[in-house]
Formats: sequence, structure tokens, C-alpha cells
Amino acid sequence: MIYLQIIVSLFVVVILYKLFKQRQGGKLSTSAFLIWFLLWLAVLVVFWQPEVTSYLANLLGIGRGADLAIYLSILVIFFILFRIYIRLSKIESQITKVIRKDAIDNVKEK
Amino acid sequence: MNIFVVIPAWNEARKIRPVLESLISLPYKVVVVDDASSDDTYKIVSEYPVALLRHKVNRDQGAALQTGNDYALSKGADVIVHFDADGQFLSEEIDEVLAPILDQDYDIVFGSRFLDKKSDMPWLKKNVIFPLARIVNRVLLGIRLTDPQNGFRAMTRASAKKIQIEHDGKAHCSEIAAKAFTYNLKVKEVPITVIYHEFGQGFSGGLKILKDLIFSKLIK
Repeated sequence: MIYLQIIVSLFVVVILYKLFKQRQGGKLSTSAFLIWFLLWLAVLVVFWQPEVTSYLANLLGIGRGADLAIYLSILVIFFILFRIYIRLSKIESQITKVIRKDAIDNVKEK
Repeated sequence: MNIFVVIPAWNEARKIRPVLESLISLPYKVVVVDDASSDDTYKIVSEYPVALLRHKVNRDQGAALQTGNDYALSKGADVIVHFDADGQFLSEEIDEVLAPILDQDYDIVFGSRFLDKKSDMPWLKKNVIFPLARIVNRVLLGIRLTDPQNGFRAMTRASAKKIQIEHDGKAHCSEIAAKAFTYNLKVKEVPITVIYHEFGQGFSGGLKILKDLIFSKLIK
């Protein structure tokens, strides 16, 4: 277990470093930065203190901590998918607008 | 009276010629929106006295119709007719679709292959796919039409301004009908003939339309 913990920790440190760099470069809003920061911090905590998840799970009426982690990750994944879907349809409709304007501007009339 | 016939066309090189031949002798302004066809559609259409617009990238039928609408409105259209490029509809029936608008001040007229006239449609479409589509349209969108998936329709200038087609894909049929009812337009159905060259959209097409409609409800 200790090896996995070390690997995960290194991984998280690298990600946190990149996160800070992005924040400094102004590519990330404060709220987005905080959400990602807390999320990866939580990953770190869970890997070093797995009991925390059991405690939280019991609090929510779920049997095991690992179950809670899986439920949460599925929720997060679906939320992200949904966000991507919205973003995509927005981009699609913007492309349509550009193509439409181009078509109307370059009409061939006989 | 400025009447525009808008025809979205995607890879219709084999079929569009007779459609245009039948239209150019009629007193309408014809607008063809070539939706980035990879065949000779653009070249063929450019031989005819019509307004020809081209999408540089394929945006699908709903998007092409809205492009045609925008163009027609900018040219002062009083009435806009939507027509197919593949010869499914009869140009002599445009008059019948226009009549309720010109003579009885209806706002929008939908063609229906399920009223009087006999369209020789495939059994599966007539007895399974379309009845299902009708139920979905009625329950989900409150559309009370006998043929909500019909692409032959006419609308006044005011209606075309109100009904902005946001579904780029094939869900625009349901969308236009739903908006007509939402905006309380005076709606009329007129019997038309549909000629079946091939099966067209099957079940999977219908399911895709349903998916598009549901997702758009979710994210609005």
C-alpha cells in the first residue's frame, strides 16, 4: 500500500504544481482553481487516511468508504460529461452561425 | 406578393435537376442552400436562375433551412415555402399549401401525407414509425398534427421571424411545429403527396431526433 501511496502522492504533487502554474499564467479562474485544488487535496487525504472515507460514508448511510468514493466519482464524471455536452452544443451553434453568415454574404444570384 | 421557395440540398446531384426544372416556370423565387455537398449539386444548381447559397461545412438540414429563411427574409419575402431537393414533393401542390395563407390568413401551413391524398409509403413507416412519432410529438411537445415529420410547409414573414430553427439536424420538423403551437400561430394542415424513392429515415433516425429533442430540453 505504501508504494501506491507514494506514487499517488508524487502524481498529485505534479498536478498541483501544474495547477499553480496555470493559475499564475491566468489560464484558470479562482473558483476553478480552488475546486481542482481541493479535489486533488482530497485524493491525497483519502490515499493516506482511507478511514476518513468510511467515516464520511457511514455519515451518509453508505456501507464502505470505497463505495462512497466510487459513487462520488461517477457523479463527478457525469457532471463533467454534461458540461462538455453543453459546451459542445454551444460551439456547434456558433459554427452554424458563422457558416450561415458566410453563405448569405456569398450568395450567387441569377 | 414575394413568395420564396427554400430548398436545402445535400448531395442531391442525381435528383435536384427535375425539381428545379419544375420550379423555375412558377412565379416563385427559388433559394437553394447547398449544405456542403461533396457531389456536383452546387454546379448543377448554378445553371438555374435561382439564388444559390453554400454552407462551407455541412451543418445539416435544419441549419440549411434557417439559412434559407434568413436570406429570404433579408430579400423581403412575404411568404416562405420549405421544399425538398430530392423530388419527394410535387411543385404543383405548392399552390395548395399556400392557399390557406393567401386566402384565409393562416400563419403557417403544414403538408400532411396522412390526409386525403394517397402517398404510397412503406408499410413500416405508415403503420409503425409515423404513429410512434405522432405520439411522441403530441405527448412531449404538444404538437397536434397528423404528420409532424413532414418537410413541406409554408409560413408568413412574421411567422418565419418568430420561428428561429435552432436544431441543426433533423429535429427541426418537430421544432418548427412545436414553436408554431407555442407562439399560438394559426396553423392549418393540407393534404399533399409524398413520393417515396427510398425509405429515408428509419427507426434509428427517429431515435436520433428524439435524443436531440430531449437533450435540448435538458440544457435549456
